[in-house]
Amino acid sequence: MTTPLQVTARLREPVTIEDHVRGPSNAPVTIIEYGDFQCRFCGAAYPNLHELLRQRADTVRLIYRYFPIANVHPYAERAAETAEAAASRGKFWEMHDWLYEHQDQLDPVHLSLGVEQLGLPTDELNAEVERGAYADRVRRDFVGGIRSGVNGTPTLFVNDVRHDGGYDLPDLLAAVDAAANA
Amino acid sequence: MSDPNGLIQPGRPAPGFTLASTPDGRQTGPEQFRGRPVVLVFYPADWSPVCGDQMSLYQAAAPVFDQYQAMVLGISVDSIWSHRAFAESRGIAFPLLSDFEPKGEVARRYGAYTPQGEAARALVVLDQAGTVAWSYLSKPDVNPGADGIFDALDNLARDRKVMAG
Repeated sequence: MTTPLQVTARLREPVTIEDHVRGPSNAPVTIIEYGDFQCRFCGAAYPNLHELLRQRADTVRLIYRYFPIANVHPYAERAAETAEAAASRGKFWEMHDWLYEHQDQLDPVHLSLGVEQLGLPTDELNAEVERGAYADRVRRDFVGGIRSGVNGTPTLFVNDVRHDGGYDLPDLLAAVDAAANA
Repeated sequence: MSDPNGLIQPGRPAPGFTLASTPDGRQTGPEQFRGRPVVLVFYPADWSPVCGDQMSLYQAAAPVFDQYQAMVLGISVDSIWSHRAFAESRGIAFPLLSDFEPKGEVARRYGAYTPQGEAARALVVLDQAGTVAWSYLSKPDVNPGADGIFDALDNLARDRKVMAG
């Protein structure tokens, strides 16, 4: 059972109510991003995804899943767990945006300042992260991603098919428009 | 040149070998891990210029490989010194084997050597007895991820359950 050259990877973990969603729930195109908050390629894609959602506001929704590559990015796991802690207080996207807008400030001291800026209870949230309250969730996203063919960060799935193109705005617009017209 | 038949196919016994895996010359090879699945990861070179390169990804996935008790061995023609620096920079804890002298000999025996003088980007999963269970040749510039590996490991686990039952 040798697999032929290049089989396109497909998402195996369907969207659930636990997912973090930005955009209309009935959008015809769903982008799932597997990302690492410390990855500079994810950081480079972040404003493009933002603009994509603005330009295709009725067409596309974005779902974010955690894929920290901790052996390369020492702050990525904690950043992910902190985002999930913020999510439990209804502030996932605020935290997500702060993290990508402050990628050079992800060390614990600056991260706490970010949490505070968002009006979240820093000590309480840090204590939850310290005892690993969100580790399982992050791990679940990671394992689902690796089983779906995530091969680095960022990896996007556009309507369940892995996007192997670029992350510049024109590439993303083309991918979304193609999926919307498929 | 590489094996003219291309990448080694399922059902064939995996050619035995050991290669240096540390600067002190310690030799590592798949036969040392009989009884466990072994994943041979042939790759062109250390230091590929992306964050989420294949070897870093497999290290990040180590807890999942552990669930299958699978042993991952990376293999390229780089020297042990390059491997060591690469492993340190990416936090890679699984062995990186140096197919350095004679250059690419192991990669050739598995049909995973390129005319450019590097290992191909190829995945070979061996079962607990050292038979090839699955193999996959990727384009050199495409990181194949790990989904195919885990599917193969799932199949191995299922086969063993059937035999035990």
